[in-house]
Amino acid sequence: MAYSEKAQVFYGGELKSLKSGGLFKEERYIQSPQKANIKVEFPLGAEPKQVINFCANNYLGLSSHPEVVEAARKGLDARGYGMSSVRFICGTQDIHHELEKKLSEFLGTEDTVLFPSCMEANAGLFEVMLDKEDAMISDRLVHASIVDGMRLCKAQLFNYKHSNMAHLEEKLQETQACRFRLIITDGVFSMDGDIAKLDEICDLAEKYDAMVMVDDSHATGFVGKHGKGTHEHCGVMGRIDAITTTLGKALGGAAGGCVSGRKEIVELCRQRARPYLFSNTVPPVVVAASIKVVELISRSTDRRDKLEESTKYFRGKMTKAGFDIKEGMHPIVPIMLYNAQLAQNVARDMYLEGIYVVGFFFPVVPQAQARIRVQISADHEKEHLDKAIAAFTKVGEKYKILGKKKEEIIAMYGM
Amino acid sequence: MAEDLKKIIIDYVKKEYLEEDSDQEVNENTKLISSGIVDSFSMVSLKMFLEKKFHVKIPDEKATPEAFDSVNNILVLLKEFIKT
Repeated sequence: MAYSEKAQVFYGGELKSLKSGGLFKEERYIQSPQKANIKVEFPLGAEPKQVINFCANNYLGLSSHPEVVEAARKGLDARGYGMSSVRFICGTQDIHHELEKKLSEFLGTEDTVLFPSCMEANAGLFEVMLDKEDAMISDRLVHASIVDGMRLCKAQLFNYKHSNMAHLEEKLQETQACRFRLIITDGVFSMDGDIAKLDEICDLAEKYDAMVMVDDSHATGFVGKHGKGTHEHCGVMGRIDAITTTLGKALGGAAGGCVSGRKEIVELCRQRARPYLFSNTVPPVVVAASIKVVELISRSTDRRDKLEESTKYFRGKMTKAGFDIKEGMHPIVPIMLYNAQLAQNVARDMYLEGIYVVGFFFPVVPQAQARIRVQISADHEKEHLDKAIAAFTKVGEKYKILGKKKEEIIAMYGM
Repeated sequence: MAEDLKKIIIDYVKKEYLEEDSDQEVNENTKLISSGIVDSFSMVSLKMFLEKKFHVKIPDEKATPEAFDSVNNILVLLKEFIKT
C-alpha cells in the first residue's frame, strides 16, 4: 500500500502536536444563514445554541440580504448553476463582463478581472507584473495570500517594518537599480484593523518611480466616504496601480475576488495569470448576486454609514468599560488580552454568554499580543451591540482585567 | 573576528526588525525566528544582508529557520562559507 505506516504515523504525529500546541482548529457547525443571529452546534453533537455573531467578515450585512438572495435565485434561473469551464474557453457569460464593468466603476479603476478568490488574485498578480530584474517591496504584515503570491514570483523580495515609511524609503533607495519596483500592502490589516498610509506610500512611489499594489479585502464596500476602499479613505483614487479585493467579505460574502487597476495590468492577468487561466469561472449565481451587491452599495451609503456609527459606539462603550482596545475606526476591534490562554478563556465564556467571538494568539499574531478580534456588521442592531458590551463587561470583571493596561494584564496572566 | 561579526549581526537585527521604541533585548542567544522577532517571510532580508555584507552565497537549503534562529546559529552557518 502506498500510504505506508510510516506516513500514517508521521501525519498522526503532526496532528497530535497541533493539538498539544493549542493550534488545532475545530469547526463549528452553523445551522442558519450568515447574519447577526446564528444557530451554532458546538461542540459537535451539542444542542444548537442561538448566539450573536461577532466574528464574520459580513461587514455590510449583505451575506443574507433579501435582495441579494433574490438576485442569486434569479441568476440561477437565468444563467444556470455551473459553467464547467475556465473563463477563456467557454466560461465567460455576459454577466461576468457586466460585474467586472460595475466593479471598475465602483472602485474608480480602468478595468477589472474576476478571480475565483482574492487568494488566487494575489497568487497570480505578481508573477504577471514582475520578473527577476524587478523588486517587490512589501509591508511585513501583509496577508498570507500575498506572501504566497510573492513566493510564486521571480522578482527579488524586500520588506519593510509595518507601516514604517522611513523603512520603506530605505528599501526604495536600496532597489534603485531594479527595472520595476512594486510596493505591496494590505489596505486594512486584518489583525489590528489599522489602515495603510496610502497617501504617504503613493508619494514615496512617485518620488522613487515605483508602482503600488493594495489588497483591499477588509475595506471594499465600507472604508471611505462612499465605501470604495482605502484609496478613497486616503485620498489617493487613481494613484493605485493594482487593487486586489474579495467578494467574500463585505460584498455578499460568497466567493470570488478580482484584480482591478491599470488596464494593461488587468489585461495581462487575463492572458497570463495562472490561477485565472487554470481554475473554473466564478459561478453565475455568485456573479448575479454580486451585481446586485454593487448596485446596492453604489445606490446608497446607508449600510456603511450605519457600520461606521455602530463601530464608533462599540469602540467608545468598550473603552469606557475599561477594555484595552487598539485604537482606530475600523469595524475590526481588537480587544487586547496579551495572554493566549486568557484570550481562549474569554472567547469560551463569551460563547456561553451567547456572543460568538474568537481568540487570536501566536503565531497568528506576535507573541504577547493575544486578543479577541471583534468584527462589527451593519447587520448588528444597537441591542446586539449592547448585549455584547454587557457580556464582555461581565467576563472582564470575572478575569479582573477591566481598567488594566498591558503590563498589568501580563503581570496577572503572563505573556 | 567572531565578536565583530556578532555585533554586526545583532545591530542589523535590531535596526531591521525592531521598532525604534522597542525595549526588546537582543544578544547572541536570543531566539529570532521561534520568538517571532523575525518571521520566516522576513528572513529573506537577513539572508540577503549576510550575503552582501560577508560576500558569501548561502544556498537556500542551508537557510533554514533553525540555522537563522539565533545570532550564534548564524555564526555557525557563516563559518561554513566565510573564507579565512
